[in-house]
Amino acid sequence: MTASAALLAALLAAFSMAATTRAKSPAPAAQEQAATVVVKIDNFSFSPQVLTVAPGTKVTWVNNDDIPHTVVSTSDVFKSKALDTDDKFSFTFDKAGSYDYFCSIHPKMTGKVIVK
Amino acid sequence: MGDFIKENLNQDGVDRRGFLKCMAWAGTGTLCLVQGGVLKSFALSAIGKDDSGKLKGELAFVQISDSHIGFNKPANPDVTATLQVAIDKINALPVKPEFVLHTGDLSHLSKAAEFDTLDQALKSIRTGAIHYVPGEHDVLNDNGQQYRERYGKDTKGDGWYSFDQKGTHFVGLVNVMNLKSGGLGTLGHDQLEWLEDDVKHLKSSTPIVVFAHIPLWSVYPEWGWGTEDAAQALGYLKKFGSVSVLNGHIHQVMQKVEGNVTFHTAMSTAFPQPAPGTAPSPGPMKVPDDKLKGVLGITDVNFVRGKHTLAIVDTTLDGTSRSFEQRLRSPMFDPAGSPYGG
Repeated sequence: MTASAALLAALLAAFSMAATTRAKSPAPAAQEQAATVVVKIDNFSFSPQVLTVAPGTKVTWVNNDDIPHTVVSTSDVFKSKALDTDDKFSFTFDKAGSYDYFCSIHPKMTGKVIVK
Repeated sequence: MGDFIKENLNQDGVDRRGFLKCMAWAGTGTLCLVQGGVLKSFALSAIGKDDSGKLKGELAFVQISDSHIGFNKPANPDVTATLQVAIDKINALPVKPEFVLHTGDLSHLSKAAEFDTLDQALKSIRTGAIHYVPGEHDVLNDNGQQYRERYGKDTKGDGWYSFDQKGTHFVGLVNVMNLKSGGLGTLGHDQLEWLEDDVKHLKSSTPIVVFAHIPLWSVYPEWGWGTEDAAQALGYLKKFGSVSVLNGHIHQVMQKVEGNVTFHTAMSTAFPQPAPGTAPSPGPMKVPDDKLKGVLGITDVNFVRGKHTLAIVDTTLDGTSRSFEQRLRSPMFDPAGSPYGG
């Protein structure tokens, strides 16, 4: 028990040290890690359709479909050009919140990024 | 959705049942004309060059759609070549069309080079004029500015307009701008106001032809195949004895008759798309190479003044077109056989 408690204390200490020294890197918990997360566009859909990331994460959409698509935020936060097959679009989500988006060419295609 | 016009049938001496049966033949290469109030049909294969007098309606024009110049994926690696086949078919029609309507998706990615290639190809059509409406692929990245500079002279707003030809009133509508998340095609307030005013003073006996890219009736909303505020537009056309609505976007022939309104969508000259619900999504459908020309085509329209009906014939690029009903049952649209996704 004592050993476990000590180990736990050590881990907690290390963690809090890391927490105070880190700048923008997100907490490596059950959520996405730092840097880039990919959303695949294929078959007229965004995958994952609902993506949860930590603030500061860069999200990259890749169009694997054989038809062009766009990524457009419904609240004018981000907007891609038309993406042909294999084209990419990236956006870094700094602020927490819920960001609905859709494809402006095929508006039935919708997705959401939750930043928390 | 679903506010369609429900009106009494025309009392114009045309046998409605016969007409609808003839419409169902569209695509076999049967030409149906109303002449002197009587419906006559002619098999296209039996029509010779010297029959053009017999076939004269008062107005003949052609609709093409969805040329998607710039598309080069497996469903059709050479859309310019199939467009050329379509142009050859138009030039071989027994009656020269007065003009050609292009119901949108001229280009695939709104690129200048794509529009240039299209213009170059269309130079060889034997016709009086070409009228366009944009598809969603023509207004990417610039809100349609380039499209309007090239094809939208003398149009209003996002590119809508009307013109008259031989007593028929043609209206080109734009329903691919400002699409909302989760929504369908949309006409918008300004365009609807313009439309109401545009047709207000026309006699109810004036035949009306409306053309727009996305279907103006609810073909399949799950795939965005419909227009949210079309009912309002059709409401302004309620008084007219003959309204024909010509659309594209879905890359297959669909037809619906509701009272005095005939709705018709055209094949693409570039690639087919699956029938509603028969594939995971409405993307380009790959068919065996030797079948491609059988699912692309043009639409030939003949109108005889005073008879209030258009004769619409869909002809595939390989000329071996099947009837409308046959197309619905064809293995091409069988989900088990659909090559979609390959």
